[in-house]
Amino acid sequence: MLCQKCGHKNASVHLTKIINGNKSEIYICEDCARENGELDFPLEGKFPLYQFFSGMMGMNVPGGDAAAPVPATVTGIQCSACGLTYPQFGQIGRFGCDRCYEAFGRNILPLFRRLHGNQKHMGKIPARAGTNLKLRKKIEQLKLELQKKIAEEAFEEAAGIRDRIRELEQKLVAGGETDA
Amino acid sequence: MPEEKKHPDRDQQDQSESFFRDDTSAETATPPPLVREPDKQAAESEKKKLEEITSKWMEGSGPEAEIVISSRIRLARNINGFPFPPLASDEQRQKVLSIAQKVLEEQKEHFSDMQMININNLSPVYRQVLVEKHLISPLQARENLAGGLIIRADEVISIMVNEEDHFRIQCLLPGLQLGRGWEEASRYDDYLEHSIDYAFHDELGYLTACPTNVGTGLRASVMLYLPALVLTGQINHILSAVNQVGLVVRGIYGEGTEMVGGLCQVSNQITLGQSEEEIWHNLYSVTRQLINQERKGRQQLLNEQRDKLADRAGRAYGILKHARLLSSQEAMQLISDIRLGVDLGLLHDVPVGILNKLLVLTRPGCLQYLKGRNLSPYERDLERAVRIKQFLP
Repeated sequence: MLCQKCGHKNASVHLTKIINGNKSEIYICEDCARENGELDFPLEGKFPLYQFFSGMMGMNVPGGDAAAPVPATVTGIQCSACGLTYPQFGQIGRFGCDRCYEAFGRNILPLFRRLHGNQKHMGKIPARAGTNLKLRKKIEQLKLELQKKIAEEAFEEAAGIRDRIRELEQKLVAGGETDA
Repeated sequence: MPEEKKHPDRDQQDQSESFFRDDTSAETATPPPLVREPDKQAAESEKKKLEEITSKWMEGSGPEAEIVISSRIRLARNINGFPFPPLASDEQRQKVLSIAQKVLEEQKEHFSDMQMININNLSPVYRQVLVEKHLISPLQARENLAGGLIIRADEVISIMVNEEDHFRIQCLLPGLQLGRGWEEASRYDDYLEHSIDYAFHDELGYLTACPTNVGTGLRASVMLYLPALVLTGQINHILSAVNQVGLVVRGIYGEGTEMVGGLCQVSNQITLGQSEEEIWHNLYSVTRQLINQERKGRQQLLNEQRDKLADRAGRAYGILKHARLLSSQEAMQLISDIRLGVDLGLLHDVPVGILNKLLVLTRPGCLQYLKGRNLSPYERDLERAVRIKQFLP
């Protein structure tokens, strides 16, 4: 069947309009429909991603996921920097600012796991913000080592490690100051 | 690091002038005179407009260019402690623009061949042209908010300011060049970070407005031309396999657009938990497989249906050369048919670069920009046919 509007393309859209009880039907091609603005809704494939989010945010996740929040406790969460509330985030599917990530804390981790299958960044680390991060990672690692040495009762080695941790921590503080 | 190509001064100058030229005329939709006189000035400005519309990625050059039209790397970055653009006030958005401007001025050595355009100053038609050239997003073109586009003279590197994130660094190259794209984009990322405190989280990486971009903020994509997979009926089977390895397939004009004539875009979906190299390598190796499959498909078609294919390409050429009304979808399909004929050596004298350019040139925004006024859909179909006839050798 040819488009009833332009008459030269195949009609692929069947449009039924009911305006004040008057029903009109027309068969048109996709181009004409789009140009008419008739396709400005679901057919355009614009189902917004964020509609999935509220589901993924654990709001309707059956119990068992320890990190899944209970709605009643979640609704009160708000980012103190930009004022976005957790339910609002669920609606618009966008964070308001970088502080929202901290504010929503553990609640959003299931969302990341569902979207990415993961919740830990493994990629590039910015050079400046990164020096601190690298230091912290090193300190973390040394602390683990320290525990191990203490458990082994290798106190001399442990003391050496403790001193290195102190040294790095001082560096971290100094670095933090120059950064700010 | 490969040395950047220096472009002749003339090009740069043309560009800096022409971004604003004639934009206003596109908005005032005065009816055209019934008889058009070809005047020299109009021809000059038309030539200039055509140059503006064409981009490097349309050249039809680069590795695997007969199947991979272009490669794109995009990095989403935000400023520490600033509301993300969707929730920012106009004042805050202006602040981000001025920060961007300051970076350009501070780092002349890195940004001297770049300029910042204020999106608000552009006509709707010109914004549409930028969307069709894949330099700004439909979102940015649509909303009348303070937004910018920082763009290098060769248009390979561009940075959207105040789109969904404060900065979206893009590297767009012809052919399959994801590795180089990543290197270049990452280099500009380093430049920006030199002057800007990024929103970065130890565990979650780069923080973005949308949770689907968090982590690396990296979207790698390739624009592919897979006509043989469509003609041999393998495409759906293959694309569903592609979906299973964490990649998304869509039409070449982004979300919600359809695949026409074997043209499609494949990109990564996951941004968190993988390194940048893993992400683009994954896309790269899948693209390699698609290239192999497509090549096999082409060979098979050539062996079994040589005459049919030649006929198809010849007919497409005939229609494009003589049609008076062409919808964008029909044009895309026919251009695709010709291209397959050219690639397989069944049709001569049509450079692939022209076909790539036609794909963009025949989009609504470009047609209207060239014409210098708004066109109704019907007028666009007329104009499209005229342009194609003019450009096909």
